[in-house]
Amino acid sequence: MSLRAGLAALCLTLLLAGPLQAVEPSERLDDPVLEERARVLSQNIRCLVCQNESIDSSNADLAKELRVLVRERLVAGDTNDEVYAYLVRRYGDFVLFEPPMKPTTYLLWFGPALLLLVGGIGVGVFFRHQRATAAAPAPLSEAEQTRLARLLESDRPAASEPPERT
Amino acid sequence: MSARLFYLLPVMLFAVVAGYFAWGLTDPDRDPNKVPSAMVGQPIPEMDLPPVEGLDLPGLSSADLKDGRATLVNFFASWCVPCRAEHPLLMALAEEGELRLVGVNYSDAPAAAVAFLDELGNPYELVGFDPRARTGIDFGVSGVPETFVVDAEGMIRYQEIGPLTDKILEERLRPIIEELGG
Repeated sequence: MSLRAGLAALCLTLLLAGPLQAVEPSERLDDPVLEERARVLSQNIRCLVCQNESIDSSNADLAKELRVLVRERLVAGDTNDEVYAYLVRRYGDFVLFEPPMKPTTYLLWFGPALLLLVGGIGVGVFFRHQRATAAAPAPLSEAEQTRLARLLESDRPAASEPPERT
Repeated sequence: MSARLFYLLPVMLFAVVAGYFAWGLTDPDRDPNKVPSAMVGQPIPEMDLPPVEGLDLPGLSSADLKDGRATLVNFFASWCVPCRAEHPLLMALAEEGELRLVGVNYSDAPAAAVAFLDELGNPYELVGFDPRARTGIDFGVSGVPETFVVDAEGMIRYQEIGPLTDKILEERLRPIIEELGG
């Protein structure tokens, strides 16, 4: 197989590879709509044993039990927010991958925009300051005028002195 | 003068950020692996757990925890190594008798749980059997061991995620035990 064909095969494999999932067939709900909702919810619920995996992709016993629980709540008629609230009441906001919007998380949500704003203002002020100084150079004082004249005068080659060589 | 202050700004920013990092990295209470408790201040969840088969102790229900005595609820499993490590501490607490100890046998097999308590001693007055961790989930338990202190009215006053140690007992648990026991 040529290198190009190999690369194409690799790309195709990567494209076709689905997201990692640990949901077992026995856990799936018969109702495809509810099952789809359960999958979406599960992907935003943290497995507290492995911490950086969602319960949708974790094989831990607790993750399995939470997946079953999420499905039970959905079958019982809970809305998505009610399922989240059920878990947050027990495990805290940490159980959600996306932190909720509330006063203690405003800085987290708006901090980056705030930093961009402050940085932008800083850059603006800097350039404005620079342009102002560049546009209007201070006029030379009288002492500077005479000094400039003297420098210009002394720069003319004197006939008696040969140019210095180094 | 103001220009010189301006050049100091990055250094000052660095000092502030480094200060926060040092605080976050050295304070054991700010360990990012420690999940803060969401259960403290809540009443205990409803439960009615059967006894562990082969263990000569009754099961555990929410009503048992609202009978006017302060209780330490310990989630344990025979397969859990840190449970083994904290067990002598639980035995000592039971000996002391300041508060009642009850256990929840979490994701375990009855025979293994009985063998575990036969080997290490039984500090519990009641032990509920929670093979699928459902009561664990209701208590916000993410793994064993976890320990709760419940007051006489059934309110959760303390949650320790992970094994108890002498340091945790003296610094955090003891003040609560004294308050509830007095």
